[in-house]
Amino acid sequence: MASKKKSDAKSETRTVRTAGDKTLDREMLHSMLLQRRFEEKTGEAYALGKIGGFCHLYIGQEAVSTGIIGQLRPDDYVIGTYRDHGQALVRGITPRAVMAELFGRIDGCSRGKGGSMHMFDRHTNFLGGHGIVGSHVPLAAGVGFAIKYRGGDQVCVCFMGDSVVNIGAFHEALNMSALWKLPVLFVIENNRYGMGTAVERAAAVDDLSKRADGYTGMDGIVIDGMDVHSVREATAKAIARARTESRPSLLEVRTYRYRGHSMSDAVSGTYRSKDELDEYQSYDPVFSLRDAMVVAGTMTVAEWDALEADVAATVQDAWDFADASPEPPPAALYEDVLVDTTS
Amino acid sequence: MPIITYREALNQALREEMSRDDRVYIMGEEVGVYNGAYKVSKGLLEEFGENRVVDSPIAELGFAGIGVGSAMVGLRPVIEFMTWNFALLAIDQVVNSAAKMLYMSGGQFNVPIVFRGPNGAALQLGAQHSQAFESWLAHIPGIKVVSPGTPYDAKGLLKAAIRDDNPVVVLEGEMLYNTKGEVPDHEYVIPLGKADLKREGGDCTIVTSGKMVLVAMQVADQLAKEDIHIDVVDLLTIRPMDVEAIYASVRKTQRAVVLEEGWEICGIGAQVVDFIQRECFDHLDAPVLRVHQADVPMPYAKGLEKIAKPDAAKTIAAVKQVMYRS
Repeated sequence: MASKKKSDAKSETRTVRTAGDKTLDREMLHSMLLQRRFEEKTGEAYALGKIGGFCHLYIGQEAVSTGIIGQLRPDDYVIGTYRDHGQALVRGITPRAVMAELFGRIDGCSRGKGGSMHMFDRHTNFLGGHGIVGSHVPLAAGVGFAIKYRGGDQVCVCFMGDSVVNIGAFHEALNMSALWKLPVLFVIENNRYGMGTAVERAAAVDDLSKRADGYTGMDGIVIDGMDVHSVREATAKAIARARTESRPSLLEVRTYRYRGHSMSDAVSGTYRSKDELDEYQSYDPVFSLRDAMVVAGTMTVAEWDALEADVAATVQDAWDFADASPEPPPAALYEDVLVDTTS
Repeated sequence: MPIITYREALNQALREEMSRDDRVYIMGEEVGVYNGAYKVSKGLLEEFGENRVVDSPIAELGFAGIGVGSAMVGLRPVIEFMTWNFALLAIDQVVNSAAKMLYMSGGQFNVPIVFRGPNGAALQLGAQHSQAFESWLAHIPGIKVVSPGTPYDAKGLLKAAIRDDNPVVVLEGEMLYNTKGEVPDHEYVIPLGKADLKREGGDCTIVTSGKMVLVAMQVADQLAKEDIHIDVVDLLTIRPMDVEAIYASVRKTQRAVVLEEGWEICGIGAQVVDFIQRECFDHLDAPVLRVHQADVPMPYAKGLEKIAKPDAAKTIAAVKQVMYRS
């Protein structure tokens, strides 16, 4: 049973990777590599005790955030789960502000009050990482409701894990989004496991995108999440539909998480095999784009080395900045519980 | 001064605030076409249209979350729960989303939302429809909780709640909707966080709120005939609580009874007693007593329900006990 869907991403949805537009490819490669190296550094910092609490790394899933958030407008909205570092970076929160938040420092994007699971940034309409599975899906519908209420043409992108499709909040939010035609993209990042429970052990549906069939007017789309071009192209249509027709979509992006669910569990062992991990890593979204670009002649090996060096410097700078940033002063404890205003 | 019902007072508040600010909308079950399960939103659909008076499916968790999400990006929703019993399905959005958003975002995203609906017991509605949730909600930092007992207070507090830039819970009462009282023609708002000394007497303080205010006033009337004069401190806002008003009254009367609709354990009264013992210890002439619902789920049978509820007779007995009178 556990192996039933093992090769789905490869056999059903995997597309042949080719390089595309040189400038766009370089941007996307940079975006994905930044997330990869940032998260590796985050893992190091956690091991050294610089970061506390729960911490969920995004390694392996970078094509999802890069492919989707990279084509949004500044006035669109992004909301997601506790696995939010990658999306925060792609949306434009600086590596310094994200790392400082991880370190629990005053210069963090949530002033050290949120932590790994609660990245927020008003300037980029990044509406948070949320820590209760499924709880933020109605919030996304609410953002879509507000967009429609004001007659705007923005969209809201809601990232969620595969386990969310089994919780009631998901159904309630999708039903009302379809009923009221709200401009929301519900993006399931299907990394095959809700914590350690395989999708097929939790969801009584073969294909998570089929959940959309329960809602009139909502398209359900399966996307190869290891190929940033596929993500970008499939999402572009859904974004356009939301923007021009105010219609929600359900996108099942098939991806894979290389690390454990959080920092406390083994990468492989009890619930998935090393072979499976190796197989998915062979489709790596970052390196496969690099390889395609090298083959196509849109990037040289020397340019790749320079990109690596540049990203490494950015990530080290984020660490140094975070490490030097002060902790919130004791007075901050009682700040931001309530606002002292009326409208 | 016009005399109107509590229901009409709430309706006026909604109408006035929706007219004043086009970011304000109301969402909930049966609020539109049906005119409200308890007719609080009567006529609003006709006046403001379906974009601003939104009939939701029966999906408390979902529409409460939609309210919070829309408030994060600038709208000012009034989310109606048909009763607070049903709001338990949505408590995650009240507690984990609305109450936490400002804090965990480091002050970036406030949530100007009102969650309102009837709270507590009506008559013979049984165990699942007869619960008072003040203490559940007031336990949570990041939200305000108000509990008006009169039409005047209902209107002024709901208007203030809608204008407040924080999440505010408004606890109404099925048994209050038909009650009448004076409500002025001119506009007014009652500031959140301020108690109201509903009755002034010198002998004993009753601290209460919401529906129990009416009980406390009955008690004060009856005891006045026995020459016992009661200070009735109506909290109006349960969180943040106006502790100074409590202290001022108790320091004067030196005796207090806390009257609440909900259960005893971890109830609002427990918190009030704690405040009093900390700040008024030297003034007290007797232990503070509490009157509350019996520590059982609400029974259906009429006689059992009656003895389960806090009432005037139980409150009078408590007052006499703290006054060492019989």
